[in-house]
Amino acid sequence: MDAAVDVRPNLVQVTGCRQAYHKDSNADLVVLDNVDLTLNEGEIVALLGRSGSGKSTLLRIVSGLLKPTSGEVLWRGAPVVGPAEGVAMVFQSFALFPWLTVQENVELGLEARGVPRAEREARAETAIDMIGLGGFENAYPKELSGGMRQRVGLARALVVHPDLLLMDEPFSALDVLTAETLRTDLIDLWMEGKLPLKSVLMVTHNIEEAVLMADRILVFSSNPGRVASELKVPFAHPRNRLDPDFRKMVDDIYALMTRRKPVSRGAAQPIASPLASALPPVGTNIMSGLLETLAAEPYKGRADLPAIAGVLQYEVDDILPLGEALQLLGFALLEEGDITLTAQGRSFVNADVDERKRLFGEALRQHVPLVVMIRQVLDQRWNHRASAERFRDELEDHMSPDYADQTLRTVIAWGRYAEIFAYDEEAEQFSLEDID
Amino acid sequence: MPTTLFPSMAASRRLPNAWDLLAILCVFAALIGIGHVAQGTLVSVSTPGAVDVSLDPWRLPEYAVRTTLRMFAALLASLLFTFTYGTAAAKSRRAGLVLIPILDVLQSVPILGFLTFTVVFFMGLFPGRVIGLELAAIFAIFTSQAWNMAFSLYQSLKTVPADLTEASNAFHLSPWQRFWKLEVPFAAPGLVWNTMMSMSGGWFFVVASEAVSVGDNTWKLPGIGSYVAVALEQRDIAAVLWAIVAMLVVILAYDQLLFRPLVAWSAKFRFETTAGAIASDPWMLRLIRRTRLLSLAGEAISDAAGIITGLRLFGGGSARGGYRAPSRVVDAIWLAVLAVIVLYACWRLSSFAVGALNLGEIEHVVTLGLITMMRVIVLMALATIIWVPIGVWLGLRPEWARRAQPVAQFLAAFPANLLFPPAVLGIVHFHLNPNIWLTPLMILGTQWYILFNVVAGAAAFPGDLQEAAKNFRIGGLLWWRKVIIPGIFAYYVTGAITASGGCWNAAIVAEVASWGDTRLQATGLGAYIADATDKGDMAKVVLGVVVMSAFVVLFNRLLWRPMYSFAQRRLTLA
Repeated sequence: MDAAVDVRPNLVQVTGCRQAYHKDSNADLVVLDNVDLTLNEGEIVALLGRSGSGKSTLLRIVSGLLKPTSGEVLWRGAPVVGPAEGVAMVFQSFALFPWLTVQENVELGLEARGVPRAEREARAETAIDMIGLGGFENAYPKELSGGMRQRVGLARALVVHPDLLLMDEPFSALDVLTAETLRTDLIDLWMEGKLPLKSVLMVTHNIEEAVLMADRILVFSSNPGRVASELKVPFAHPRNRLDPDFRKMVDDIYALMTRRKPVSRGAAQPIASPLASALPPVGTNIMSGLLETLAAEPYKGRADLPAIAGVLQYEVDDILPLGEALQLLGFALLEEGDITLTAQGRSFVNADVDERKRLFGEALRQHVPLVVMIRQVLDQRWNHRASAERFRDELEDHMSPDYADQTLRTVIAWGRYAEIFAYDEEAEQFSLEDID
Repeated sequence: MPTTLFPSMAASRRLPNAWDLLAILCVFAALIGIGHVAQGTLVSVSTPGAVDVSLDPWRLPEYAVRTTLRMFAALLASLLFTFTYGTAAAKSRRAGLVLIPILDVLQSVPILGFLTFTVVFFMGLFPGRVIGLELAAIFAIFTSQAWNMAFSLYQSLKTVPADLTEASNAFHLSPWQRFWKLEVPFAAPGLVWNTMMSMSGGWFFVVASEAVSVGDNTWKLPGIGSYVAVALEQRDIAAVLWAIVAMLVVILAYDQLLFRPLVAWSAKFRFETTAGAIASDPWMLRLIRRTRLLSLAGEAISDAAGIITGLRLFGGGSARGGYRAPSRVVDAIWLAVLAVIVLYACWRLSSFAVGALNLGEIEHVVTLGLITMMRVIVLMALATIIWVPIGVWLGLRPEWARRAQPVAQFLAAFPANLLFPPAVLGIVHFHLNPNIWLTPLMILGTQWYILFNVVAGAAAFPGDLQEAAKNFRIGGLLWWRKVIIPGIFAYYVTGAITASGGCWNAAIVAEVASWGDTRLQATGLGAYIADATDKGDMAKVVLGVVVMSAFVVLFNRLLWRPMYSFAQRRLTLA
């Protein structure tokens, strides 16, 4: 890799970036808050965070697809207005045009720039060969597997010879093996200097992927999205996942990501409104499953998060909400990348079906004010029915519509399991039907 | 946990009585209206007032109710037809062999041309009674509604997921139970949508079928259609406007009261795991769900339906036919019967043709057909150029798309023939050439299908493809050519098929238009059929209709089908 010799402006310079969606009834919903980002030539930078941390939003702001609410975005020293030239993007969903062949898809960006036909074909041919798609030029995306489709996505981005490659969770829609092959292929090409790129900015929620590929990792915190910390990855390519240093770094990032949330423990009463905190989208079965796994051998009540996530084939995006839900209900504790079973958690594991429901109900009444509030309203009504809409509206005063919706879904599932209330999806109403 | 009261929630306790009162009012008004109209149908044609129409606007509400009831009677007939014909076609291989092609042809025949003869037929069934005319009108509407509904049910029945069929067989549901528990629910969303489309299509026919003349006799069934016909005869533009207002009110009413709730309700039968756009419940559905009386009535109905559909009819439930190999002998007999029928039909047709037609006439009619085809093509091209860009613009802006969609649907439901009189007035006033200026009337009613399908297509265009196009800075003509047009093409073709079919049908009404004594006529197949119908010339009507059907079928086979299958093959996502 040739390091930048001459002193030139940074490739990308984002300062004080803030993205908020206006909500009429209440304050703005802040997705990104005061984010700074500098991108130099010759580096791969990963934006790592949970879903909802605004990292994809930041990627779109850098690409010029999205205008930030406030803050400055400079691309090669000039302010970004609209989709920037020299920036190409690879999408999580591939975003290939299904009516164009591989060749036509790859040529599209060149055609938009008015590159003459002969040159277009030659350049597309080169990119297709480089990325390992030779022989598939006339195939339609439908005919290809996911991995091959993402290769088309890469070739399409590389063929325009962008200075900056943006990748939005490029491997998360692929199976484990395919994703790994694609990652190493890409890193090999990068190391050999074959990619016509100066820098890569990628979004991921996979900690190992970030440590494997990036030179620098920005860890995002959620709601609103902020840069929680910045880490340099000191390892040389090719990196070995089993290397103790590698493992340690992954562990450290796990700890970093679990540490962030202020821990509300036991009796300590949380925030002012019962509606202010979002509930993670976690089902009761999977919670029971994790509690049982934790209680059993070899963990015996305490596990290292990355280790148990690896065994269960969960990504950080799956395991963290799960752990947080258990912590919220007082069944487990999250600390420094470890998860520990509490006394309540243990009695839950040892209980039978009805007893579990009772314990879960108790935990809900104690720790989830929203459940209490819904039950209260139902008890007061003469017909014991209440529309879900008003709870949604009130939630939306405190969080984004998506979070409100997710929270409502979670509370419905939890309340139904504990038989605290019933819910009629058709009428979108809570009720006390069949509840003793 | 402290006991807090949330004032915003406690304040809005609902009193059910107000809703119930509203519901009672609506129900009784409807019952009285229906009873009143039913009385009118049994009287003799010669009773004063039975078959003539006054232009007093205050009579319009009554006329509107009668017209609407005709529509719903036809809709009921269409549903019966759908459930028998469509089911038979899907369930029996032998029946399907015959029924599906017949349905295909029926769909392309402009029944409007046969109106006179169906009137004579139904008058023959009930000599001297109004009900004969009523049935003729209802039949005409039925022919505009039934085919696509039957097709929709047939297609759904053919695509019921195999695992669900296996599951219902494994649990020993009888064929009757399986039909109601699996197949009909699976078909419901498509059927409801097609019923709605049919209702829109029916208005066009209602206006044409209420006032019919056979030979020297002219009958006008009380209704909006007749009202318009009389208004045209008497050159009363104010009356025409009143009729348009009445029609607007009626369409708005049944759209809000019936179809919005039905569509929202049928969404629960959708067999998709991906959550679609969740629209809020229409107010009528909320009324039904939240009014105690109405929901009690609903429960009673669904209980009764549950008992009937739960009957173990048609055998013991195991997949009996499953193991039986189809009998070759029965197949042979079946084919032989069909062959005899076809031969007989050929003989009848040829003897009819020899007696009544000559080659010159056929040539003349085909030429007229080509002229009308020119009109259809030009109109389709114009409608495409105008509505595709507008539809794309609207569809890519969700806010606008949501507002535009119901408006376009409403416009499609509005019977365009009500707008003919002002157009005729304009043509007469400015001495325009009817050959050119009558033409746009053909597409007036059906162009909206293009618009709302394109809007739907653009609204469904994936966000990531839009972002990719922006990221690679694809703009201008390239964007239209490679990005959006392929993206909406399947939707466009769906709309265009409906629009061009409607265009042909409308030609019979639109190529001839009159205003009092002034009669405007364009040269074309539609005018030829309309003329022959007026003169009661059976041979010419049949010839005209056959040629028009042939044009429609060829148009579909040679143009739309290949385009549609190309779109399905190449241009659909995923």
